Amino acid sequence: MAAAPSGAAPAALRDLPPVPSTSRTGFAEFSVRERMREKLKAARSKAEITLLQEDPSPRPRRLKSIRERKTEVRLDKASDNDKFSQTQEDESHLPSKMKFCGSVKKVKQKSTFQNDFPSAEEAYNFFTFNFDPEPESIKAGARKRNELNEEEEAEEECVETHEDEQEEDETDEDVCLVKDDDLFIIGQTAEDFLVMKPADCESYSEQLKKEKEFLFTPSMLAVPTSEKMHGNMQPRYLEDEGLYTGERPFVSQSNQNILENRILRQEQGKEWFGDDGKILALPNPIKQSSTRPPIFSLEEGIAPELETVYRKAIKMTAANQYLVGPGDLQGPFQLDIDISGLIFTHHPCFSREHVLAAKLAQLYDQYLARKQKNLTRLLTDKLHALRNAVQCSIDGGSAGVPSPVAQQSIPEYKIEIRQTRRLRDAEQEKDRMLLKTIIKVWKQIKSLRDFQKFTNTPMKLYLRKEEIDQRLDEKAYEAEIQAEIKELLEECMEEYEKKMEEYKTELQEWKSWKKTQKSKKKKKKKEIHEEESVEDCDLGEERIKPIPPKMANSLDIEQQVREKADNCRRKPGEPALIPELVLSGSITPTELCPRAEVLRREDVKKRSAFIKVLFNSKEVSRTATRPISSDFRVHFGQIFNLQIFNWPESLKLQIYETMGMSSTTLLAEVFIPVPETTILTGSAPMEEIEFSSNQRVMLDHEGVGSGVSFSFEADGSNKMTLMTSGKVSNSVSWAVGEKGIPLIPPVSQQNSGIPSALKNIDAIASIGTSGLTDMKKLAKWAAEAKLDPNDPNNAALMQLIMVATSGEAHVPDFFRLEQLQQEFNFVSDEEFNRSKRFRLLQLRNGEVAEFRNYKQVPLHEREISEKIFQDYEKRLQERDVIDSKNYLDAHRAVVANYLQKVRESVINRFLIAKHHFLLSDLVNEEEIPSLGILGLSLFKLAEPKRPLKPRRKERKKVTAQNLSDGDIKLLVNIVRAYDIPVRKPVTSKLQQPSKSSRSFNEMFAASPSAQSPMDSPDWAFNQVLVRPFVEVSFQRTVCRTTTAEGPNPNWNEELELPFRAPNGDYSTHSLQSVKDEVFINIFDEVLHGAVEDDHERGSGIRTRVERHWLGCVKIPFTTIYFQARIDGTFKVDIPPVLLGYSKEKNLGIETGYDSVRNLSEGSYITLFITIEPQLIPGESVREKFDTQEDEKLLQAAEKYEADCTSKFPSRQCLTTVIDLNGKTVFITRYIKPLNPPQELLDAIPNSSQTAAELVARYVALIPFLPDSVSFAGICDLWSTSDQFLYLLAGDEEEHAVLLCNYFLGMGKKAWLIIGNGIPEGPTAYVLTLEQSQYVIWNPSTGYFYGQYDTFCPLQNVYCLITCDNIWFNMQEYDSPVRINFDVSKPKLWKSFFSRSLPYPGLCSVQPEELVYQHSDKAAAVELQGRIEKILKDKIMEWRPRHLTRWNRYCTSTLRNFLPLLEQNQGKDVEDDHQAELQKQLGDYRVSGFPIHMPYSEVGPLIEAVHSTGVHTIDVSNVEFALAVYIHAYPQNVLSVWIYVASLVRNR
Amino acid sequence: KRVPAAAPSVSMATAGARPLATGQAAPGAMAAAGSPSVFLLAVNGQIESGQFPGFDDLYCKFCFVYGQDWVPTAGLEEGISQITSKSDVAPTTLVWNFPIDITFKSTNPSGWPQIVVSVYGPDFFGNDVVRGYGAVHVPFTPGRHTRTIAMFVPESTSRLQKFTSWFTGRRPEFTDPKVVAQGEGREVTRVRSQGFVTISFNVVTKDMKKLGYDVSPSDMQNPSLVPVAEGIHRY
Repeated sequence: MAAAPSGAAPAALRDLPPVPSTSRTGFAEFSVRERMREKLKAARSKAEITLLQEDPSPRPRRLKSIRERKTEVRLDKASDNDKFSQTQEDESHLPSKMKFCGSVKKVKQKSTFQNDFPSAEEAYNFFTFNFDPEPESIKAGARKRNELNEEEEAEEECVETHEDEQEEDETDEDVCLVKDDDLFIIGQTAEDFLVMKPADCESYSEQLKKEKEFLFTPSMLAVPTSEKMHGNMQPRYLEDEGLYTGERPFVSQSNQNILENRILRQEQGKEWFGDDGKILALPNPIKQSSTRPPIFSLEEGIAPELETVYRKAIKMTAANQYLVGPGDLQGPFQLDIDISGLIFTHHPCFSREHVLAAKLAQLYDQYLARKQKNLTRLLTDKLHALRNAVQCSIDGGSAGVPSPVAQQSIPEYKIEIRQTRRLRDAEQEKDRMLLKTIIKVWKQIKSLRDFQKFTNTPMKLYLRKEEIDQRLDEKAYEAEIQAEIKELLEECMEEYEKKMEEYKTELQEWKSWKKTQKSKKKKKKKEIHEEESVEDCDLGEERIKPIPPKMANSLDIEQQVREKADNCRRKPGEPALIPELVLSGSITPTELCPRAEVLRREDVKKRSAFIKVLFNSKEVSRTATRPISSDFRVHFGQIFNLQIFNWPESLKLQIYETMGMSSTTLLAEVFIPVPETTILTGSAPMEEIEFSSNQRVMLDHEGVGSGVSFSFEADGSNKMTLMTSGKVSNSVSWAVGEKGIPLIPPVSQQNSGIPSALKNIDAIASIGTSGLTDMKKLAKWAAEAKLDPNDPNNAALMQLIMVATSGEAHVPDFFRLEQLQQEFNFVSDEEFNRSKRFRLLQLRNGEVAEFRNYKQVPLHEREISEKIFQDYEKRLQERDVIDSKNYLDAHRAVVANYLQKVRESVINRFLIAKHHFLLSDLVNEEEIPSLGILGLSLFKLAEPKRPLKPRRKERKKVTAQNLSDGDIKLLVNIVRAYDIPVRKPVTSKLQQPSKSSRSFNEMFAASPSAQSPMDSPDWAFNQVLVRPFVEVSFQRTVCRTTTAEGPNPNWNEELELPFRAPNGDYSTHSLQSVKDEVFINIFDEVLHGAVEDDHERGSGIRTRVERHWLGCVKIPFTTIYFQARIDGTFKVDIPPVLLGYSKEKNLGIETGYDSVRNLSEGSYITLFITIEPQLIPGESVREKFDTQEDEKLLQAAEKYEADCTSKFPSRQCLTTVIDLNGKTVFITRYIKPLNPPQELLDAIPNSSQTAAELVARYVALIPFLPDSVSFAGICDLWSTSDQFLYLLAGDEEEHAVLLCNYFLGMGKKAWLIIGNGIPEGPTAYVLTLEQSQYVIWNPSTGYFYGQYDTFCPLQNVYCLITCDNIWFNMQEYDSPVRINFDVSKPKLWKSFFSRSLPYPGLCSVQPEELVYQHSDKAAAVELQGRIEKILKDKIMEWRPRHLTRWNRYCTSTLRNFLPLLEQNQGKDVEDDHQAELQKQLGDYRVSGFPIHMPYSEVGPLIEAVHSTGVHTIDVSNVEFALAVYIHAYPQNVLSVWIYVASLVRNR
Repeated sequence: KRVPAAAPSVSMATAGARPLATGQAAPGAMAAAGSPSVFLLAVNGQIESGQFPGFDDLYCKFCFVYGQDWVPTAGLEEGISQITSKSDVAPTTLVWNFPIDITFKSTNPSGWPQIVVSVYGPDFFGNDVVRGYGAVHVPFTPGRHTRTIAMFVPESTSRLQKFTSWFTGRRPEFTDPKVVAQGEGREVTRVRSQGFVTISFNVVTKDMKKLGYDVSPSDMQNPSLVPVAEGIHRY
């Protein structure tokens, strides 16, 4: 095997196929390190090769061997993969390589498929490598060569080699090639080496094949899980097992597959896969939201992070409570704390001598203190004084008359003396004991010093003896004793006497008792023997005889006194001892002391102490550490200046002791009182504050320790235990500033904080003010704190506690919001209420009607006149008082009053609602255009600019609130009139067609051709033209049109009238309650020749203009306001009689057309009225009202209404209404047959038609009062018929309901129509069925119309209502002319109650029967006279510059006519009436007319008369006539006739 | 330049047309005789400038709102300014310098006059729209004062309306600019703040102290206090 590869390398070189280049590209991705390793390997193999090359071996042999190899290879082919075999084929002619291949093959069989590539490479290297003679590698190579026989080794080698050689670099190869070439260039020409060959052209498929061979294109297909898993493991899904896996970052599936495929090709690629067969991945780290808050920059140009924000420096203050007020903060305050030193009164290191010395010092101090006080002396003196006083008083008493005062005071003195003596004795004893103790302690010290043979303390006690004159002393002593004895004797005597007294009384008692006993005994002896037992009993109770008291022995007393004196007093002649303690003694030097003492002294030397100063529990400074001196004093002498902002709460010193270098122990804490503000630096005294520590120290030397018992006795008895204690001498004071100002916080500040507040404020007073509300807690705290009851500081608290514990105080359990309000009231409430200005302001603010718009409330009280309130007060008073003056009729006054009250309550309700704003009240905002409107507006763009048929544009609506006087105008367009009455020639006499009654049929169908007598041919010729003009008056403003001619004039003029709201209040609510009406009067302008004298005729014509009233139309302003515009033809209210005029009723009668005939029934005028600018009528406040209706019914009603309005939004559907009590009532409850007044029925017994007309007239005579006037705010209140008849006022629906009920009561078939009419707008009419014809009744006027009457004011029909159902109009049209009234057709009329909802049988709200008052004729006559007078006065008033003459004759004539008119209901009396008048007043030209009105109050009557303008005639010789007739109907319904006429005498 | 043809929705009325307190003539006459019964407030000054970033060619209207006890005695109660355009150079304020001069008399400090300013200008499509409403009380201390009013406009009630109003140029407006001087009913509106207007006032009062209304500051050395609205920082 070693000989097989021969040195035929150069020859083989020529035929070298371009293997290297291809192979190289396949492995380009291997790392550099591997390349390096591979080079090494390559060098090794080169070495091997060279070794082999050196082997001289013949060529044929080699060839043979190649052939052998070939066969071998072919055998292998079967088992190997294609790539390999191909490579083999390519390289088959390279004999020397085969050997390697063989080894490779073997390796390959065991290892993975990637081992198959390198063989070609190896082979190449084998032939081409030019190696450096590297001895080591050669050696290694040689060694390896030798071991090549061993199979395993070879395998290893090959594995390594092939790995490495795969990554051979091209450059290396090139270099090698060149070098190789160089070898052969020597001696050979280029021609020898050049071989001409045709260009190699590989086919594409081949190329692909090759590429396939070398390129790895990872598949995009998913890798089966089994390949990714180790061995036979099953994939395991952690998620399914319930473990959290997190969301994997998203990688597209194809990329994942590619990556997996790529990884799998790598060695140990499977480690990249997890248990679930997926590539290992951390959870997706991306969070949904950003975690860093965004930074916004205020200034541009600076990065927000770098922006600096200025913040003002803030002074730190600890707690608010103690903060010095910021008001007069003069800078920091300063406390000076001077700590001068520390003296231990006991220390663990005290020796026994020290203990005694300390005791001695203490005693001596006590002695000094006592001496200073000298109580003994004081008491002795007092005693002497008292004795003298007693003596004096006794002497004085004996000398003269003993004063009773002195007598009385003697025993008091004696008691005093006794007490003082006792005190003195005690003090003397104490003094003596103290002295004894001092001496005793001193003796102990001395003995101790002797015993221990050294001294530790410099203490020495001198006892100074004070020599005393023995005689004097003895004398004083004796005197004292004698005095005492005497006193005591006296005392004893007193006591004895007292006892003697007691004894005597007792004895007396005893004696008497004895006597009785004896007498009893005597009695008993006389009596029976059986009573002996009783005797025994008595004897048993025999009393003991009292013992007389002993007299005190004076000797005994003296004995006692002397004993006591011996005990507590200096003996006479004994020198007085005065102790004196000095520190002049010498201390034994340490070296002379025993060891234990030396140790102690050393220990003391090691110790040192320091003090911390704590301010408000915070350490602010500490002293230097100073050693404790041998006499246990520490000197600091340091002053600390504390600059403070806060009021000091506590000042504390902490005393620390340090032992050598090691430990620091806290000995004690000392609290220092905060100095008074008067204590300033410099004047502050040094104070010593004692402290003691409970630490326990045991020492092993002479020191006695602390908390350890020790004894002075040798036997250890009499043990004592001392604790470390001492005194700190210090002084605390307030510093003084530079200018001598003390740096003290303001005094007021000290009161802040609860503890100090308690001191200064009465505790009871402060209850409820500052958090001290809980009395119980406070009392508890006070009890626990064990306050000193004698401390004046606690006085308030003690008082509180006393009160609290005694339970007398009751804690207020209410909370007073403004407890100080009383103090701030600068005037009393009464005065406040008396203030007129204040009252005015209040009333204005309360929006009281009179004051709502009051401007400029005067500033001074005196400028407000009482008159301002008069009206208001009158109104308030009159609320209950009924004033009949205005109403001329008591009943009406009551009614008016009642209405006024209802009105007020409703107004108040709406005043509140008025202040509720909607967005649309405040903000003008365009509505969102719907799609349809958008389309329309687009369509509009294409419209011609000026269309031939222009359309009305909606005007802009204005809310009423921002209007003022003059902003609003009423526009009245008078178009034309029809059928105006024409003048009659004065002379013409007309025959009178009598027409008293007509039937309905006649009215509607038959043509009354009979009444056309005016066919005389001269009629037309002679016709006097009527020259009508229209005058519109509104709020006393008058406008007129020009004069037209003829009975059918055409004006087409627009009149403009200003509108003023009452009180200048243009709010919606105010506008709604405007009661003014627009009067549209038609006049005839008559020209008279003023001068008819012939001589003036030639020069000119002078005419006089007269105007004659022909008729009028009245339209209430509220109607215009709510309707926004009124457009239509109205029937002119023409008086039944117009003197001098006749209706042009004959014209065109011959045609017989209904329409024309109908036209001739009256005069009509076409009008258009509107307000400029258009006002938005107030929205009705839809409140939820109370109801007693069934909830189901209400729901059904709502549903029904919604259904109806959705189909016909313009048609009003009415199911529920609100009654006078403000409750919702179902509408059908109002309909019920009711009886009309019997009088009316009696009047015309047989004819139902006339009766119906009469009833309608009766209803129409009830005054009309729109709801919106009485109840501002559009809520429509329905009153029942009896209420209506009682109130005698109501609007359309009340009239209609009453009429409908009457008709039902009369047995007619009647319905209530809810519809729309002109001019009133939404209204209610009545429909009856008369002889298969439907008749529509206008309840407000009493007129009736046939269904097909074109001049019927009812324009639209929405609903029909009966007592048991509601029908809604479902027909296409709603004009009465075009609809079918047959309610039985469900297609045309949608009924409320049907089969699905049967009528539940609702009971009616109407009464069972109406009760009528009988008409009061007398009252009517009286009223008639009064009205006539008022009107006459008014007419005269309106003509201030003219004389008003009344023609009495004419008046009486007219008065006679009026009842006739009433009887005929104003119909068809004209002609005969006129004839009559003509006959009677032949020489007068009379123009006048009767006015007919329902009566409510006088005002409207006056207004009506004024509007006719009768008074305006200014002919000099004019006379007037005025007659009033009032016809009374039942229930006080009054029909008023006013006949006004002016008469001008004909020449 | 265009002149705003018709002020939207509010008719112009001058003070001259207003009837001057007819009923209160008597107390006015008494004022001369020592003890006055009314006090007078004379205000003059000017609507100096406005800051409306992003808008140009604006004009403003002003009117006074006062209580029932106040009567203007002289001067104009309402006014409408010229249109002003922004300068090309740095301070891009809109300067009107529109003078105000009015004198009131009153008997009651309640209802102290407020000036209501509303600013209008063309929008993107050239429609005249409102750019801001604002109101401020006339200062009650005598002296010179400067007030900066923060302005606001009503917001549309919905997005769709906002769009349509932007598109049609009919943005929501107050039915009456005087609404901004009253508190009642404001809770139903929503507004967006927009721009500032600076007004300077010179205030003179008469007889106020005599009638017991002492409005002068205790420190008379410095009568013109620092205006409160100065705090509103400039844009």
